[in-house]
Amino acid sequence: MMNAENRRTAMLLIPISLVLIGYVLYPSIETIIESFKSQDAFSFKNYEDFFGSKASANLEALWNSVWISILSVFFSALIGVPLAFIFNRYDFPGRKFFSSVAIMPIVLPSLVGVMAFMFLYGEAGLVPNAIKDLFNLSEVPFSIGGVSGILIVHAYTMYPYFYMTTSSALRNLDPSLEEAAFNLGSNRFKVFWKVTFPLLTPGLVAASLLVFMVSMASFSAPFLLAGGFRVLSLQIYFSKINGDLEMAATQSVILSVVSILFLLFMRWFQERKDYRMASKGIGAHRSEVNNPILKWTMVTIGILSMIILLLPHATLLILSLVPEGAWTWQTYPTAFSLENFKLLFEDPNIWDPVRNSLVMSFIACIGVFVFGIITSYTLVKRKFVGKNLLDILVMIPWALPATVVGMNLILAFNEKSIFSFGSILVGAYWILPLAYFIRFLPLVVRSTNAVLEQMDDSLEEAAKNLGAKWFYTFRRVVIPFILPGVLSGTLLAFVQAVGEFPTSVLLYTLDNRPISIEIMNQLRMFNIGQAAAYGMIQVALISIVIFISDKFLGIKAERSL
Amino acid sequence: MSSVQLTNITKKFKDVTAVEDLNLTINEGEFFTFLGPSGCGKTTTLRMIAGFYYPTAGTITFNDRDMTKVPPEKRNTGMVFQNYALFPHMSVFENVAFGLKVRKLNKSDIKRKVMDVLEKVRLEQYYDRQVSQLSGGQQQRVALARALVIEPDILLLDEPLSNLDARLRDQMRTEILRLQRDFGITTIYVTHDQVEALTMSDRIAVFNMGKCQQVGTPLDIYNNPVNDFVAQFIGETNLFPVEPEITDEQIKVYKLKDSNFKIHAKHKKSEISDDKHSGLYMSIRPEAVRLKNEKMEGNNVVEGVIEIVQFTGASVHFFVRVDKSITVRITRLNKGPHTYFNEGDKVFVQLPEEHIRIVPKAGE
Ligand SMILES: Nc1ncnc2c1ncn2[C@@H]1O[C@H](COP(=O)(O)OP(=O)(O)OP(=O)(O)O)[C@@H](O)[C@H]1O
Ligand SMILES: [Mg+2]
Repeated sequence: MMNAENRRTAMLLIPISLVLIGYVLYPSIETIIESFKSQDAFSFKNYEDFFGSKASANLEALWNSVWISILSVFFSALIGVPLAFIFNRYDFPGRKFFSSVAIMPIVLPSLVGVMAFMFLYGEAGLVPNAIKDLFNLSEVPFSIGGVSGILIVHAYTMYPYFYMTTSSALRNLDPSLEEAAFNLGSNRFKVFWKVTFPLLTPGLVAASLLVFMVSMASFSAPFLLAGGFRVLSLQIYFSKINGDLEMAATQSVILSVVSILFLLFMRWFQERKDYRMASKGIGAHRSEVNNPILKWTMVTIGILSMIILLLPHATLLILSLVPEGAWTWQTYPTAFSLENFKLLFEDPNIWDPVRNSLVMSFIACIGVFVFGIITSYTLVKRKFVGKNLLDILVMIPWALPATVVGMNLILAFNEKSIFSFGSILVGAYWILPLAYFIRFLPLVVRSTNAVLEQMDDSLEEAAKNLGAKWFYTFRRVVIPFILPGVLSGTLLAFVQAVGEFPTSVLLYTLDNRPISIEIMNQLRMFNIGQAAAYGMIQVALISIVIFISDKFLGIKAERSL
Repeated sequence: MSSVQLTNITKKFKDVTAVEDLNLTINEGEFFTFLGPSGCGKTTTLRMIAGFYYPTAGTITFNDRDMTKVPPEKRNTGMVFQNYALFPHMSVFENVAFGLKVRKLNKSDIKRKVMDVLEKVRLEQYYDRQVSQLSGGQQQRVALARALVIEPDILLLDEPLSNLDARLRDQMRTEILRLQRDFGITTIYVTHDQVEALTMSDRIAVFNMGKCQQVGTPLDIYNNPVNDFVAQFIGETNLFPVEPEITDEQIKVYKLKDSNFKIHAKHKKSEISDDKHSGLYMSIRPEAVRLKNEKMEGNNVVEGVIEIVQFTGASVHFFVRVDKSITVRITRLNKGPHTYFNEGDKVFVQLPEEHIRIVPKAGE
């Protein structure tokens, strides 16, 4: 029987399925098909090449990606977890300020962050050279690059995952549990290993898996720092540049399989082990640090980590003030001015990428906003068969590395298809907004799901009971209820789209080249100041968004990751 | 105002039967209560009347108009949800005005009606508050006002008092009754609290496991329960399994199962459908049992020992053991210390014939 409710569900499902099938499923399938093609015939040759001796660089890249990711998890945890403990468990002067600085890496888009690190600690970096001059050394004492560079950048950009999960777990941990253990006669060490740590493990495991996935997919860091070092996400890009689409597809499939396996494992783990605290309402207790030595040690740790954490931001700001030609062969920049920012508004060639990024991200975000609300509403509030399937379909772009999303689009839309309305999208303007839409749809759906799940079904029922039709209810009750959450998700998607590099570098054209591509170009031309000024725009945008979410939408920055 | 008629209503959720073959008529202007333990199908029935569920079988009519398949927004019922379901992003005024806006009334009418109803629930000075700034009792009254302002044909209340503390619950009970009488509106009230049901209702339907056990006035239900479930669920009672011994027109004697006690009872033939019923119980309310320290005249007198004395203020409960398997519960008004018995006292207990009800076991 098809009653009114079922009809409505069907009406919602039709556009959702069309979009997801057309722009998520179909491109993925095209990639898989391509990976089994060799000279237009079905074959396993690409996979034989990948795992065989013929293209051994691939296997090496896969292996490199895996161990780099494992080490990234290790180092991120090594920084994030102790910091979370210190800032959440001890009270000392400046604690609040330090703890808000601790999440500052999230305002640096990955490409911009890597750039800042290069100029800070690289061969010609400010810090090594400053030390060299300070101590009159003949050579720079150290410099990052290659593997060490990638690892340091990963640790810096990814430790907030550990810091935030650990902090929130510590805040939610009922102090009476630990007190009970002390009361039963355990010592500090035992209490930590037997009570605190087991309660933190679910969060830690989730953060580990997330960091692993993110660094498997990481593109900007290897792109700028790797040198001759190979990782899989970068190999895909090189294969594509060399015109070997079949191998690029094969590499994409393999990278995706690894990522999706991890995603599934993560879901399974979260469902299996989610012990939330039964009690609530008791704020975290902080031990006040009275021992002066300990207290000043903590303050020193706080100040030192603050300096290290903010150095990239400061570097970026300084670099953005260096006009073209003022820092080429010199050890330090020789002049400072607002030239780069002025040029942004005066030179259309410089302004164009900013406008492109803003316009394309805006288009993508309107799509993500509307489509995200509908999809999330259908997923959370409607009953239908195949819900799990739809859920997975929505989350695929989240699990897939950005490079793979880009490859999927290339392989699906380098010829005419009904989903591109009969035109070839590769090389056209619209492919980038489409890519941003797909990349950031899961983010908005996830944040909308979270608020919709908080909305009791009885609200909609109450509206209906008072005589409101479905659409009126949706407009007047559902949307206003979820709007803050959706808006903050969409704003976050917007700033991430503005900074997006991996899909941009695969899909851009001259007409729509976005900021990140222009940063790359300016770096190539050694016009570091202009590149940094572009970076500053992104940092400013992200800061504004976090501020708005926090002040007006009541969404904490911690939740936005 | 409407009457409501449920005819042969059955509701199944996959393989769970939430409501089975229910027949009920709720009269115009009546305060009608669904009473029963958790999971017995009260909410399900109420939601079918509101239109949130469609029955698997059977029909629902309001005033002879078939409503079985009508969507909820076209039924003109006013529902008060257990969690109130107030719209958190709207003020008190906007919440109450919602149903009127849907009905496209003009602004001044909306304003007048909303302020009228807010005055009725004594919240007129709170009209511009956000609902999150109200206390539980105030939120509850906003929910009531929102349901009443649309002048519904039927008012539906699903355990509206269960989130409130005891004192507020008392207050709101009176408030709801007052409003119901004021508006003279047909009201269906769901609760699992028997005191609430007995004090408020014109009539009560007692549910168990998806089936309606008995429909009647509070007096009727308390004094003449139709089976062991109703006897036990409403009020306190002494319930013992019995077997018939002599059951002719004048004398009726039953034997308590697993003992030799003979119980004499007086009841009309019609009260039990079938004396040869597989399981029979005798039920007697604790306040009807007589207790003395000397042997009494008449039938059904047994000797026992006071095992427990509970003092509750207005009354005193005694648990008297008369046999190794039988304890009788007795309630007496508190008439001063000289009337108390002590634990361990030897006493006589009489179960007066006219207060004994013989009831069948509730059908499975
Ligand atoms: N949407 C549903 N899907 C499946 N089963 C349901 C659904 N709603 C109710 N049930 C089942 O139907 C039965 C009756 O539920 P109902 O909510 O009507 O009970 P109730 O009398 O209101 O109980 P309570 O006093 O706990 O609110 C229960 O066994 C319940 O599990
Ligand atoms: Mg219920």
